[in-house]
Amino acid sequence: MLALVSPALLVIFALIVLPVGWLAWQSIYHDGFTLENYRRVFTEDVYWRSFALTFEISLAVTGIALLLGYPVAYLANSVPKGWSILILSLVVLPFWTSVLVRAYAWLALLQRTGVINQFLRYLDVISEPLALVHNTFGTVVATVHILLPFMVLPLYATMQKIPNDLMQAGASLGASPSLTFMRVFLPLSLPGVLAGCTMVFVLCLGFYITPELLGGGRTVMVSMLVSRNVELYNQFGAASAVAVVLLLSVLAIFFVVSRFISLDRVLGQK
Amino acid sequence: MMRASPARMVLYVISALVLVYLILPVLIIAPISFSSARFLTFPPPSFSLRWYQQYFSNPAWMQATRVTLTVALLTVVIATPFGVAAAYAISQSKLRIMRLIHMALLLPLVVPIIITAVGIFFVYAKVGLVATMPGLVLANVMLGLPYVVISVLAGLQSFDPAQEMVARSLGMNRLRSFFAVTLPQIKSSVVAGGIFAFISAMDETIVALFISGGQYQPLTKRMFTALRDEIDPTIAAISTLMTAASFMLVLLASTRQKRGG
Repeated sequence: MLALVSPALLVIFALIVLPVGWLAWQSIYHDGFTLENYRRVFTEDVYWRSFALTFEISLAVTGIALLLGYPVAYLANSVPKGWSILILSLVVLPFWTSVLVRAYAWLALLQRTGVINQFLRYLDVISEPLALVHNTFGTVVATVHILLPFMVLPLYATMQKIPNDLMQAGASLGASPSLTFMRVFLPLSLPGVLAGCTMVFVLCLGFYITPELLGGGRTVMVSMLVSRNVELYNQFGAASAVAVVLLLSVLAIFFVVSRFISLDRVLGQK
Repeated sequence: MMRASPARMVLYVISALVLVYLILPVLIIAPISFSSARFLTFPPPSFSLRWYQQYFSNPAWMQATRVTLTVALLTVVIATPFGVAAAYAISQSKLRIMRLIHMALLLPLVVPIIITAVGIFFVYAKVGLVATMPGLVLANVMLGLPYVVISVLAGLQSFDPAQEMVARSLGMNRLRSFFAVTLPQIKSSVVAGGIFAFISAMDETIVALFISGGQYQPLTKRMFTALRDEIDPTIAAISTLMTAASFMLVLLASTRQKRGG
């Protein structure tokens, strides 16, 4: 049996375990052991600001995705089967379009001469085109779009398991629909909220293509810090240290979350 | 529908808006790709195939397309058997270490892809695999493995291993009984896993940005570079074709999965 897993395991080892290990090593070793790279990451302004910005954007994206995703999951859960299949298909449809294609679509929609600005000017709502892209706003809009399915699917899966009887019991005891929702449904859906938020937050922390193409060079997220240190400045040690800190953040989040819900719930959605 | 309370109406409206937000960007590209305008104008002034022509007549885009298709095909050919073998072993074996191995195989989904990409770049730089075909294929095999493993494990869950025992008690060896009894029953999930690995390789961008170069640049890398410089509607044509290909493959995979297995 071990022989059967070895080809796959070898690929995983050579192409992810070894490379990540290499990064970790490179971050602390350069002609002798050094913590210089980490000192820079934790003290220099550029790094700090980028980490802070990345966490802020990830928090905002997670919050917005929850606000947008919860009603959709709720609706999909409360309509007849045919409708819920339709809703869920619409949710996962963008999933299968390349992230690059969607970044292009958002550029087409949001840029100064883009569809939305043209439309608003046609309606005479604005006289000057709005700066909707090449900034943090555009990055957030496109990132939420890409990550929303990761929020809706675990929410829906959790809501499916909430027995309908409980809501009926609440109603028969005289509670209004909104009270039953607040006291019964919402608390029972919290594991799904946690699973969805974790996935969205963690994926957002490492986002690269969207901020690079839609951020206009001003929204420097951690992933861009890594790539610039490699491609522009040849600062391999610094790039590695940033990558290691990012990876440790992700693992720490997974670890904390695993104390509350099973990780299968977070990862098993794809 | 039942009588709708005001709260219910609000729910409908919000959900509809969110669904429009999700779908609109996917649908906007096709009309742009068929527009005759040099710059993005909507609605398009007139119908034209010039961006498709531009794509098909450009040797650089064609070379990139060949690279993408070759990489994706080779990825499927390698990742599928590796993933099937691993999933089979994980589901049949009772060794405790298998749980750990299962998690290791899902690592590509957990580690932020930018970290994987930079790490692979450093390793490839040492062993001379940067800007080569094997380098590109190997990286995509690793990224595609989890899809095969997840899909096949799900298929194996509804398979009764006793059937294979019967085949073996009738004198077949393990390998033959797998191909004669097990594989036909999980065929759909194997095909679905392979298709997902193909799409993953076709769409993969970030690792390619770091490790591909020269004549072995996939479509996504060229698209990314083009998007950074200026918005050329040729990209809309390519995007439309890529999206159509993805959707057809997903449709194929899901009809296969529904047929059981």
